[in-house]
Amino acid sequence: MNQNYIIPFMKSVQNVFETMLQLPVQIKEPTLKHDNEPSFDVSGIIGMSGDVDGTVVLSFPTTTAERIVSIFTGMEMTYEHDDFADAVGELVNMVSGGAKAQFTDKTVSISCPSVVIGSNHQIFGQKDLTCILIPCESDCGEFCVEVGIRNLVTAEVPA
Amino acid sequence: MKVLLVDDSKTMRNIQKGILTQLGYGEIEEAVDGLDALSKVGAFEPDLLLVDWNMPNMDGLSFVKKYRSMGKANPIIMVTTEAEKMRVVEAIKAGVNNYVVKPFTPDVLSERIKETLARVAA
Repeated sequence: MNQNYIIPFMKSVQNVFETMLQLPVQIKEPTLKHDNEPSFDVSGIIGMSGDVDGTVVLSFPTTTAERIVSIFTGMEMTYEHDDFADAVGELVNMVSGGAKAQFTDKTVSISCPSVVIGSNHQIFGQKDLTCILIPCESDCGEFCVEVGIRNLVTAEVPA
Repeated sequence: MKVLLVDDSKTMRNIQKGILTQLGYGEIEEAVDGLDALSKVGAFEPDLLLVDWNMPNMDGLSFVKKYRSMGKANPIIMVTTEAEKMRVVEAIKAGVNNYVVKPFTPDVLSERIKETLARVAA
């Protein structure tokens, strides 16, 4: 996958967490996500369609997700709270929206988010798509962005 | 001042509600999508609407078009992750008065609300 599709997600996740939570995020070296490799315990999922299609996942260990959601919502919240999944969904929505805005000259739509909660769950995107894992670190703990997307038009995204 | 918040995310509605309350706007109604909003605008008659774009059942843009076609001229601020210039232009053409891109700080949303209301009052 062209790195120009990964950099927007790195910038966007830092922007979303810094703006909405005042939480700085350090990005580590992106790696290839292997088949059957489980995500963390809590995952927000967004589909992309149009000139670029595929799946974006924002995945957290439970403790990290609870800390982040508590800051985001302004109230202590465990994963069992009715509004926990909604908050995770809104975070992945903003990260994906912020990234797609950087795909200049592309028309891309994003789906409404879905959220999966459960240890060792696996998320299967389209089989022919490479998934890149972007590890992130913050004062609330580690988490990651998984990006499995492709360009459906010939022109590449400018750097 | 009556404000209608239209967003499928309760988290986002709560954040916006907190900012509006700090600005002194206490009469706030919530809708979870465009269809829900359409069912509430008649009875609630909002003075200001904050509308998300991507929502199930009826998206924000369709809602704005429908609302304007009903002859309603009250100010609408689109609050959305849709940041591309062509999307902003599309929203303005549909009848949106102002635009806030998520993520936003409380200051940005507050300023945009004040700016919108001042423009309408002028």
